[in-house]
Amino acid sequence: MSGIQNVSRRGFLKGVASAGAFVLCVPMLPESLLAAGLPGDDKVDHAVFNPSMYVGIDTDGTVYIIAHRSEMGTTSRTSVPMILADELDADWKRVKLEQAIGDERYGSQNTDGSHSIREFYEPMRQAGATARMMLTQAAADKWKVPASECAADLHNIVHTPTKRKLGYGELAAAAAKLPVPKVADLKYKPKTAWRYIGKGSPSYDLADVVTGKAVYGMDAQMDGMVYATIQRPPVLGGKVKSVDNKAALKVPGVGQTVAIEPFGGPWGFQPLGGVAVIATNTWAAFQGRKNLQIEWDNGPNASYNSDTYKKQLQETVRSSAKVVRNVGDVDSAFAKGGKVIEAEYYVPHLAHAAMEPLVAVADYRDGVVTAWAPTQNPQAVQETVAKAVGISKENVICHVTLLGGGFGRKSKPDYVAEAAILSKKVGRPVKVVWTREDDIQFDFYHSVAAMYMKAVVDSKGKPTAWLQRSAFPPIGSMGDPKSTYGGDFEMGMGFTDVPFNVPNLRVENGQATAQIRIGWLRSVANIYHAFAVQTFADELAHAAGRDPLEYMLELIGPPRVVDMTNVKNPNYGGNYDLYPNDTARLRKVLEIAAEKSGWGKKKFGKGSGMGIAVHRSFLTYVANVVEVEVSDDGKIRIPRVQTVVDAGLITNPEAARSQFEGAAVFGTSIALSGEITTTNGAVNQTNFDSYPVARMREAPLQTNVHLVESDAPPAGIGEPGVPPFIPALCNAIFAATGKRVRELPLSKTKLV
Amino acid sequence: MVKLKVNGMEHSFDGDPSMPLLWYLRDELRLTGTKFGCGMSLCGACTVHKDGKAVRACMTPMSSVEGVEITTIEGLGVNGMHPVQKAWMQINVPQCGYCQPGQMMQASSLLKTTKNPTDADIDAAMSGNICRCGTYQRVRAAIKTAAKELA
Repeated sequence: MSGIQNVSRRGFLKGVASAGAFVLCVPMLPESLLAAGLPGDDKVDHAVFNPSMYVGIDTDGTVYIIAHRSEMGTTSRTSVPMILADELDADWKRVKLEQAIGDERYGSQNTDGSHSIREFYEPMRQAGATARMMLTQAAADKWKVPASECAADLHNIVHTPTKRKLGYGELAAAAAKLPVPKVADLKYKPKTAWRYIGKGSPSYDLADVVTGKAVYGMDAQMDGMVYATIQRPPVLGGKVKSVDNKAALKVPGVGQTVAIEPFGGPWGFQPLGGVAVIATNTWAAFQGRKNLQIEWDNGPNASYNSDTYKKQLQETVRSSAKVVRNVGDVDSAFAKGGKVIEAEYYVPHLAHAAMEPLVAVADYRDGVVTAWAPTQNPQAVQETVAKAVGISKENVICHVTLLGGGFGRKSKPDYVAEAAILSKKVGRPVKVVWTREDDIQFDFYHSVAAMYMKAVVDSKGKPTAWLQRSAFPPIGSMGDPKSTYGGDFEMGMGFTDVPFNVPNLRVENGQATAQIRIGWLRSVANIYHAFAVQTFADELAHAAGRDPLEYMLELIGPPRVVDMTNVKNPNYGGNYDLYPNDTARLRKVLEIAAEKSGWGKKKFGKGSGMGIAVHRSFLTYVANVVEVEVSDDGKIRIPRVQTVVDAGLITNPEAARSQFEGAAVFGTSIALSGEITTTNGAVNQTNFDSYPVARMREAPLQTNVHLVESDAPPAGIGEPGVPPFIPALCNAIFAATGKRVRELPLSKTKLV
Repeated sequence: MVKLKVNGMEHSFDGDPSMPLLWYLRDELRLTGTKFGCGMSLCGACTVHKDGKAVRACMTPMSSVEGVEITTIEGLGVNGMHPVQKAWMQINVPQCGYCQPGQMMQASSLLKTTKNPTDADIDAAMSGNICRCGTYQRVRAAIKTAAKELA
């Protein structure tokens, strides 16, 4: 596969209507997949269709770019195409974005794992450079001058010696007839000529958002659609025993009730089943649902009580477990005796609770489903919907709306499958609306986790041996309910990759069986692992009577690449040579955070103090210093947060700052009040009264984000801000009150 | 029959009087800028102005809006954008943006009565509006910016 292709005459971009438009296809799949071909692809089509990201220039000069990533607030939809626009030297004001439907030919569309920029930075630059060079050649041909005398200048090609100019629109038709340069021959703009990369741009949708015109999943409409709400089995795997729908059907506007079959096999992304009420508007559907009488057969997961489960998890981590990383010999070091310090930590289940509850519109018609959904992963929608209604995934057309938050929940398209199933059953387009209660009670929850930490320290308080153990129901349970050990990727999130310079180090993972749906939530296993590791480090520092910053720097040790030989190290999918775990960068963000916060210089009165933590996740290094004030009645105020970030090259700094400001608030929610519990298999929390999230008065008053200038390859932005914030806050609470928080939410710990 | 004005236009409604204004706006009038977030006045995503004052549309029954004037985010800026909307753009407040219509309706209501709000005024007025993306510090900054423009 030669890479970028000229497909100007094939009309792929719907916005590009005129004859003479110039359209390129850009490969977005890894080379290995390109070589292997895609199952079911016709060979002829393969050559044309496989390259799969489009950029087009219409004869009026409008540049069209396909945005193939979802927008949930991280600016992916804007920032990825912006890279292309920069290399093209396009005027961003003349760029129009088209949101891609779900299609594997776009490469990964799963907008999670903080990898939109990381994965698509190079393909976007290649596409932009290709188009620019073809436009340059087209201009050179017209002027009959060497292309080397011509240069791009903001939507124009200029003949430098004579200052003649031709606009991109004027050149499109000629460029469309030219051969595509080889990737190896592409010439990129020097960094000094970048217009957008590193400078950034507000969201493409900003004006629509502030005027209420932006279309989220909740706002999607189809002609003739009806509204549905679903009463789902309260316990995972439960079934309907009997339904009495008489009262529901009497509610004005309610048309019918429809059963959704419970899932079979591993739950994956399948709908939970239940009974749907179909009505002419959302409110009528809600009222009808209140009048349903359903008896449930709860099944085996009714034994799931989070209190009991917590004790089991804590018991699990007190005994030796599967070793996932080993350095030196921890047991001999412990056997030698000395001062031993142990601590246990616990983090409960968490819900995503994005502001937009789950919602989808789908129309099943003649074996084809057309859906509109706020999804992080339209290709997963295709697969899940196809299975649910018995069609092939090519027959699922998934349009992606804006997302009212996602945080990982909207990667899992059970809600879209519900809409498709119901549409097939009622013969009309159906909009399924989840209530807030549904959203909190039928989540794919962040894993509950227990951690056990043990160290033996020398006379200076420095550990000579370090043992850490975690147990949590793994995300792998979605595909295999019998899966009990954390995946390598989960253990690699802040546990096997622990960067400390300790001669004897062992990392272990205990077993835990899931009895509720488990899924990834912003920052995933880093949340509980960083909480345990960074709090324990602070505990050791205090036990040694040392300054936590100084102690942490010593623990991290000299600048080096953390040796991960013989360790399963997914490294977030990043090549370890390109993205090593570099303690120099870790130390640097920590040192800057200390400097910016006035660490060690600022004086604090009673009930206030400062805490520090540092963590690498999603290939990004983040340090936090949090200032806290704890009032006499135990209320917490966070006046100031310093966040220092080394994420390599940052495409959209303003958006990155927003993400890290938001991460501090997300972390505040987890620390202060995040807790999902279960009784007899059912979730106890329902709405923002029982599952509170941080409001303005609880959120940090001021989060200062410092982005480290870096030419390292781009890394993650959306997630890495959450993990260090929580231990930094808890360490600050210790500094302020002398109370150690070992269990979240911190409301469990009596602070005064 | 309930008669009301929405963004200056006369409307009448003869459906279920217990139906919240939110669903009338969204499902009947197709004014979808007003968002559903919780249904219990806990999150503020559905905030609109009822006779100029911020209310939660999700718990405002249609029976209570007879003869009133409702303003939604679509009608907030009479001639172009409201200063609050301009400030929201200038400070680049939104992340996902879903809660922001509610935030802006709440903020513009605050600025009607409190010309130069302090941090405490802002906390008191805005803590009923949840932003899960965590844009609070920009919301606060944008309110102060809008206050200056309105002064």
